[in-house]
Amino acid sequence: MIKPPLQGDFYQRDRRWHPPALSQEYKTSVTRSPQFPLISLENTVSEITGPAFGHNDINATDNDLLSNFAQPGGSPIGERIIVHGRVLDENARPVPNTLVEIWQANASGRYRHKKDTYLGALDPNFGGCGRTLTDENGCYHFRTVKPGAYPWRNRVNDWRPAHIHVSVFGTGFAQRLITQLYFEGDPLIARCPIVNTIPDPEAVEMLVARLDINATIPLDTIAYRFDIVLRGRRSTMFENRMEGN
Amino acid sequence: MRQKLVYLKETPSQTAGPYVHIGLAPGAAGFEIYEQELGWDIAGPNARGERIRVEGVVTDGTGSPVKDVLLEAWQANSDGIYAHPEHTGEVEDGFRGWGRVITDFETGEWGLDTVKPGPVMGRGDQMMAPHINLWIVARGINVGLNTRIYFDDEAAANAADPVLNVIEWERRRATLIARRALRDGLAVYRFDIRLQGEDETVFFDI
Repeated sequence: MIKPPLQGDFYQRDRRWHPPALSQEYKTSVTRSPQFPLISLENTVSEITGPAFGHNDINATDNDLLSNFAQPGGSPIGERIIVHGRVLDENARPVPNTLVEIWQANASGRYRHKKDTYLGALDPNFGGCGRTLTDENGCYHFRTVKPGAYPWRNRVNDWRPAHIHVSVFGTGFAQRLITQLYFEGDPLIARCPIVNTIPDPEAVEMLVARLDINATIPLDTIAYRFDIVLRGRRSTMFENRMEGN
Repeated sequence: MRQKLVYLKETPSQTAGPYVHIGLAPGAAGFEIYEQELGWDIAGPNARGERIRVEGVVTDGTGSPVKDVLLEAWQANSDGIYAHPEHTGEVEDGFRGWGRVITDFETGEWGLDTVKPGPVMGRGDQMMAPHINLWIVARGINVGLNTRIYFDDEAAANAADPVLNVIEWERRRATLIARRALRDGLAVYRFDIRLQGEDETVFFDI
């Protein structure tokens, strides 16, 4: 009988694909970037394992930003959108049952955060965060409003493109990832110093959600599609045992 | 026709930004939304072993505290077992081994309450000294930083630790060793993290 291959180490992270720690144009990174090289570590059980979450940890309605902070009978102002997609690994296999958390500004570009003092108005019906678990096929979905662009202190006239922050876990601590989702067609994407920390334009494209007309709900909500790829793992065929376990 | 390799590329990282709390710790951002926030209880009520607290400040290249940082901890229980199906062994009911901490917005001080982890078997049957894995995100950090907390009362285990020994510059290993003190009978370890500059903390590419 042929045994299925065991799961081994995660593929090494492609550091030329990710942004470098230091990016002159993104000024805050200048003093917050380590100068020594990272110490490369072969995976041990400490990196291969990671926290798991279940349906007891969250509420089923946590993924609906249109309602999860709205007052009774209220609804946030802004373009109603669905953000949906799959969480996959680099082997193109779905990552089921993993926690996806998002946060964003409201339609006027204002965050519900005690440190945000932007002129854009707070929306009494919008909190700006959501979370969900992927299903058995790695699928997730949120309902929210399209966030507004907003200015930030970097150069005098820098504006963030509309974006949603996305946090994903995977199965191992080595897969932990935070990124940002942008929207197809936004002219601010190409001008953004944070987007431009990513050296490869192909990598930036991975962060641009596409209008998904087939997933829209007619007369109700526009849909955007955003797939997320986490690190994949080696198969340990022809190995007697998996080191570190 | 030339065969194709069908691997996907990992989604590239972006900074967590200054408002990370909205998504991952909304209470700290200033509002209540979720029935329960995640990550505030690392060890749970039934965990065996010594209850400890680890505290520190994250500083930048100018020596200033980083006040908008978020840290996540991942650790084994006091028997050296991770709460994960791929790690053989049982953990106590309610032990998750994962936690999330943010800083005081005024001082940049953070602290995590947990139990001291046990030694964990590493690669090639080499025992790793007790450690807590950390993942650090903030505005200005483009890819989350990975490091480990070790404990200064584990000198012999630390000296034999295969990960600390990978660090070629011996004096840099000290940046990963938390210093123990007693406060009202509780073991409190100090673990300051320097993102850049003198005594820059060792960060790993895991």
